Amino acid sequence: MASAPPIDEGLRSELQKQGIWVTSMQELYNWGRRNSIWPLQFGLACCAIEMIATAASRYDLARFGGEVFRPSPRQADLMIVAGTVTKKMAPQIVRLYNQMPDPKYVISMGACAISGGPFKQGYNVLKGIDRYIPVDVYIPGCPPRPEALLHAFMELQRKIDGQKLTGTGKAAFLDKTVPSEFPVPAFGAHDLEPPANADVFHPPKIERH
Amino acid sequence: MSLSTRAQHSAVEAPPGMPSRLDGELLEVSMGPQHPSTHGVFRMNVALEGEVVRRLKPVFGYLHRNHEKIGENTSYLGSMPYTDRLDYICSMSNNWGYALSVEKLAGIEVPERAEYLRVILAELTRLVNHASLLGFLLSDMGAWGTPLMYAFRERENILDLFESLSGSRMMCDYMRFGGCRCDLPPGWMERARKVVDGFPHFLDEFEQLITGNEILIARTQEVGKLSAELAISAGITGPGLRASGVNYDLRKVDGYGFYPRFKFRVPLGEHGDCYDRLMMRVLELRETLGILRQAMDDLPAGPIMNPKVKIRAFKPPVGEAYGRIEAPKGELGFYLISDGSGNPYRYRVRPPSLINLTVLEDMCLGHTVADVMVILGSIDIVMGEVDR
Repeated sequence: MASAPPIDEGLRSELQKQGIWVTSMQELYNWGRRNSIWPLQFGLACCAIEMIATAASRYDLARFGGEVFRPSPRQADLMIVAGTVTKKMAPQIVRLYNQMPDPKYVISMGACAISGGPFKQGYNVLKGIDRYIPVDVYIPGCPPRPEALLHAFMELQRKIDGQKLTGTGKAAFLDKTVPSEFPVPAFGAHDLEPPANADVFHPPKIERH
Repeated sequence: MSLSTRAQHSAVEAPPGMPSRLDGELLEVSMGPQHPSTHGVFRMNVALEGEVVRRLKPVFGYLHRNHEKIGENTSYLGSMPYTDRLDYICSMSNNWGYALSVEKLAGIEVPERAEYLRVILAELTRLVNHASLLGFLLSDMGAWGTPLMYAFRERENILDLFESLSGSRMMCDYMRFGGCRCDLPPGWMERARKVVDGFPHFLDEFEQLITGNEILIARTQEVGKLSAELAISAGITGPGLRASGVNYDLRKVDGYGFYPRFKFRVPLGEHGDCYDRLMMRVLELRETLGILRQAMDDLPAGPIMNPKVKIRAFKPPVGEAYGRIEAPKGELGFYLISDGSGNPYRYRVRPPSLINLTVLEDMCLGHTVADVMVILGSIDIVMGEVDR
């Protein structure tokens, strides 16, 4: 869903034959961003091993410009939440997310990060990281195959391609009114306080007709 | 650089007017849970004097997924997929350990072919685990990328075998009490032989790259020494114990499965330092290849499942059982108490990773903070098993 080209496609193609390349700032900017996504080197559980396998030689995330895993959130664009999020770990994840500079994206990898997965009934397992931070791409699987992570990566690139820099509906990270940091949950008597951030978490409404 | 020169280095006089570096003031550093080399979400509170570790306190529980509680609330068969996620690098060994204890609890016989298949798969898992460990350990030491890429290249070949057999790359869920879930697909054995035959090439190449490497020797020899007495009294098992020179391998001691039928040696270390622990893995890989070849040659035909066992609605008699195997990381035990109902009354896992981690502080004291990562890497932990 790339945004509309700045000029007529046929004219652009004609100009390109003459060695003239016309583009818009937005297209150029998004092209650069989507081809150099630096993920946070951050593994939680089983899915992290598949994340490493994706970055390793057979699947080779470098083909998509995402091989530069940074251990510091200050240098990362993308957080891959790879594994079970426990209630002890959730505050640290929100804190890491807050430390990442804008624009930042989140891939929720695997059933555990989406909803708690097979460990959902556990008393110490968070039922999905989207309760505290906004998630851009979800990949189901336990664990998802490396191909699935590559697919999620491509979906994210498509999303970045479609982000507008100006006007109405511009990207959230350019909108001053949209928060880019979220409150860190605290350990309460029985559960994390609050159990979910109402500004972020919008569970689907089930309606019967 | 040996330990003695390092100690001299840290005792260098402070510049005039500055407080001495050895004035006894300790700097508290929290390493983890988000750290590139902690192998998951593990945290250590380290007290440093200059660069030297004076105190180290591990903090667990960032991956506590209630494995045992869930196991007590689900059927015996229902726990099998959860065991895959204990030590997520070696799911086949975990399956075997759990199946073994349920078989002990209910007195189930396993057909011969299934036992052979279990040996083959558990040893293939050992190849995966030790190869990945070597890659991770070297990347912790700063050899960014290359050794891990080599290790994962071999790992992918073995995971292909697991996938064609069980349908999943990592979470195989393959073994059942009383046998195995399904028989080998056509052509599997030929492919497995090819993988096993190609493995020594990787091992030779890898050994050539690491054994004579001066940096590796300086970083690992005489670092993180573990004496045999301490290792025994702390309950260390697996390659970490054998690196200290204690001849204890459950495959020989218990002789579970069909291991007494195979000829293999148990490599032993001398010094109990990180180098010995590293080389222990390389030597074990060579022995594992020998076991695999023997098992593949001898694999008999026949059923793979004991037909008398009803794995669904399975209700073992009242009693308790402890089954243990030599997992790649050490003694993996499952303790089950049955009250005669469909789910265990008590279900307890004895994880090798957690118990091997208890001596981390003893091994790290007096070394620099950079050595902590090497020592932790040489213990070989997986957080899924430590926290469960």
